[in-house]
Amino acid sequence: MQREVEMTVNGTARRNTIEPRLTLADFLRERCGLTGTHLGCEHGVCGACTVLLDGEAVRSCLVFAVQADGREVTTIEGLSAPDGGLSQVQEAFRENHGLQCGFCTPGFVVSVTALLRDNPHPSDEQIRAGLSGNLCRCTGYQGIIAAVRAASDAEH
Amino acid sequence: MKPTAFDYHAPATTAEAVSLLAQHGDGAKVLAGGQSLVPLLALRLTSFDHLIDLGGISELQGIDASNGSVRIGAMTTQAAIERSVEVASALPLLARATPFIGHFQIRNRGTIGGSLAHADPAAEYPAVALTLDAELEIVSPQGTRTVPASQFFTGLWSTELEEDNVLTAVKLPRWSGRCGFAIEEFARRHGDFAIAGATVAVELDGDDHVRRCHIGLLGLGATPERATEAEAALMNAHVDAVDAGEIGRLAMEPLESVPSDLHGSADYRRRVGAAVVERAWRTASKEARGAA
Repeated sequence: MQREVEMTVNGTARRNTIEPRLTLADFLRERCGLTGTHLGCEHGVCGACTVLLDGEAVRSCLVFAVQADGREVTTIEGLSAPDGGLSQVQEAFRENHGLQCGFCTPGFVVSVTALLRDNPHPSDEQIRAGLSGNLCRCTGYQGIIAAVRAASDAEH
Repeated sequence: MKPTAFDYHAPATTAEAVSLLAQHGDGAKVLAGGQSLVPLLALRLTSFDHLIDLGGISELQGIDASNGSVRIGAMTTQAAIERSVEVASALPLLARATPFIGHFQIRNRGTIGGSLAHADPAAEYPAVALTLDAELEIVSPQGTRTVPASQFFTGLWSTELEEDNVLTAVKLPRWSGRCGFAIEEFARRHGDFAIAGATVAVELDGDDHVRRCHIGLLGLGATPERATEAEAALMNAHVDAVDAGEIGRLAMEPLESVPSDLHGSADYRRRVGAAVVERAWRTASKEARGAA
């Protein structure tokens, strides 16, 4: 039960033969070597594995890689500025103490990138709702909320 | 954990999906948005030899509003429903229920058909479908049939769907006149399963008497339920004469299988249930009153 899939990951075409049960998260980590996508719970609760699938933020542990066949995936590695520097969202996380151990950070950064793209000026309530799908056990979230606010202000 | 091995099928039409299901019997399962099924597979609470992914079937997508109702394809995502201007104007209750589902990343994948077919008693869409008297379109090898929401939910995570059936669409009637709609629920954390929730749709006549009122309950039994006693008590009543607290109590009275677990005892859930019914009634009736 092997299948051939082809998708674009961070602008690069990836072709691989995989088992259908391989999740997109495992595909990215093990087949593409993109270990920035973290796996916490592996059943859709923690949000650490969030990636963009055709631009939409999704939990990559709840998508099978075969379902991403022919589609475009962006991971945390694909979000940095073209010169390799930090993106505005990443910069804001660093400036505002939006991370400590960093395990959850890739998922947060991907989610926040999608959130601010769709809603560049979120209210405090919208920021909190937008962050509710990602768990952080270190920061207490206040630094993360400040980072989203700062990234939103910096953008415009 | 990782799911057990399965074979993956991506049919391009509903007919093809139905024939795959008929061929593989109970070894096959429909994969919609995967936001409930994939966790169950990952935790190995269930396993199937074949997954039939409906994601590539374009005829299952889309929102079609007509005069009397809105037909929503089963594979329409919750995010698409959340963004839909048509849903916001024709089905305010569905629109207001949607942000309660999981988180935005979940709603980007989760579908209305998946939510109804999974039939979690604490989920929002089953309660909304029941409250609005939705009709569910089901395709089987024998043809297409329509099942009212009142007959669709048969037990805990159980529905009228047979193993070779595909839920293709849901048709939700649009309420016109002086109407109000509300959903209220309580969850420990936003996006988590609700401890209890209530949906109310009410229509008033020109003198503020209740012409019809439907009350849905979620998280308070093995299936979503309608609070028929409370609904009956409201019929023809003047809004000012309604004791909202009494409506909440009446809605809880007939319930026989209120869950009790580490998130809350049955008794606690009844108290929360009565409170959310009361709040939803107040909000919905106030909106109906303000309507022209």
